[in-house]
Amino acid sequence: MSKDRLRIGFIPLCDATALIVAVDKGFAAAEGLDIELVREVSWSNIRDKLNIGLFDAAHLIAPVAIASSLGIGHVKVPIVAPFGLGMNGNAITVSPALHAALADASAGDFADPIVSARALARVVAARRRQGAEPLTFGMTFPFSTHNYHLRFWMAAGGVDPDEDVRLVVLPPPYMVESLANGHVDGFCVGAPWNSVAVDLGIGFILHFVSEILTRAAEKVLGMRARWAQEHAGEVARLVRAHARAAAFVEDVANREEVANLLAAPNRIGVAPEVIRRTLDGRMKVAPDGALRTSDRYILIGRKAAGRPEPRQAAWLYAQMVRWGQAPLSAELLATAKAVFRPDLYDAATGERAPDLEGEPADGIGAFAGPAFDPDNIVEHLAGWKIRRG
Amino acid sequence: MDPALNIVIVDQNPIRAAILEDGLREAGYVHVVRIDETSHLLARIYSIDPDVILIDLEDPSRDVLEQMFQVSRAVRRPVAMFVDQSDAASIEAAVDAGVSAYIVGGLRKERIKNILDLCISRFNAFTRLQDELDRTRTALEERKVIDRAKGILMKAKNLSEENAYALLRKTAMNENKKIAEVAQSVVTAAELLK
Repeated sequence: MSKDRLRIGFIPLCDATALIVAVDKGFAAAEGLDIELVREVSWSNIRDKLNIGLFDAAHLIAPVAIASSLGIGHVKVPIVAPFGLGMNGNAITVSPALHAALADASAGDFADPIVSARALARVVAARRRQGAEPLTFGMTFPFSTHNYHLRFWMAAGGVDPDEDVRLVVLPPPYMVESLANGHVDGFCVGAPWNSVAVDLGIGFILHFVSEILTRAAEKVLGMRARWAQEHAGEVARLVRAHARAAAFVEDVANREEVANLLAAPNRIGVAPEVIRRTLDGRMKVAPDGALRTSDRYILIGRKAAGRPEPRQAAWLYAQMVRWGQAPLSAELLATAKAVFRPDLYDAATGERAPDLEGEPADGIGAFAGPAFDPDNIVEHLAGWKIRRG
Repeated sequence: MDPALNIVIVDQNPIRAAILEDGLREAGYVHVVRIDETSHLLARIYSIDPDVILIDLEDPSRDVLEQMFQVSRAVRRPVAMFVDQSDAASIEAAVDAGVSAYIVGGLRKERIKNILDLCISRFNAFTRLQDELDRTRTALEERKVIDRAKGILMKAKNLSEENAYALLRKTAMNENKKIAEVAQSVVTAAELLK
């Protein structure tokens, strides 16, 4: 079989695992694909290089794929996502000072996100009374799950993310340093950065995002819609290679090997042990070594995480509308949903119905608010007092 | 060209930033500020209030700038981006050159073309300089290794310098390798046998 050379961009994060394993363990080669992985430093770069054709496909933060297709924030380039690289995987980490303040202000166990969000509202109010600077939280990109996850959590407790605190974009490699030197009081980011902060003794993991949303699309394998149309064969082979790689990663017997592979300096470049903890969902959440485990911390291939779900795209679009990034329209909602392509996934893998046993009925499982209906986001938005759109 | 334009260069590489700055100044732009720190980047940019921001594509802080293009209370006036649908070719050229130009504040692109062209050519010049430097450095290192290997062979096999080099060259040709590679093997082997 002749091999076609593809260039795929990625950011060194644990949710690039399926992509990296597909290439480095030969699943892509077995499909006749010769892939050059290009490590990038910013989502802006990934987006631009994908948009103008320097990349054939990319490890994309899911909202960027949607924003690009809607033409908000930047040039309009329709993107499709035939494979989900990961669900969940983010966490909210706070400084020791904020952690202590939240513990003091909590009515109940602040492992419960509604308790911690209400505690945050009290801390914010107290700081305002004292004339202190507003708290600052870091997230990775304006159109990022991290931005929406932080906002969803704090707004449920009565904190207005635009009025009561400052949200700033920080590149993931700068998160830890910014927490250490007090530029931010907390952040929401993917693995491995939360663990790095905890290991350095400068941060506490407050919540896994899986505690806020049971099922949250995080990264996708994105490509230009036109390219996907013209390269249907490559798309199917890419999806199959990724599905096999994801299954390989989720087999616990392979985790050691996977962690070592990802630890390479030209891949993620952190200690294998940190990657292992992430994939196993066995996280050190406090500098004293306290562990919290969750089999939902990050889903790569398990629970049908690889199959893109249009309702996830609808939820992300609803957040863009809620926070004033996008106007509300049925047309835009339909465009957003059409970015996620389960049909391409199904055709490539030949899998029947996905096994969603035990998953939330609305496909999202948010800790607050009514069930999400992807066909009625007006009602979803009306349910929130704090919103821009 | 409008010499009154406020131009900010965000680049952690001081040599490249200096080249860009010099180029802009030579072209007559007087208000050029370099920012090489990553903390408080947005605050500094807002205080300078630039018309143009130039940032290296390899700088992760690029994502920070994206925040300026969001509708939010932090933006004090409308922000227009230079890159629109019809500008694919210029984005591509900028991306290829490793530099991204953000044009702030509804500038006409005709006014900015000179700056972009200049930056791209400067950037390419820098890349060439870097390549040349790398090549020179490699050549220097190779020469050092070859000299050491020659010395080892001269001593161990009682050869003249000329014959030692001939032996390296012959081996390299036979094994289809570079002389420097064979020389490195000789040096490594000698280290092991010490």
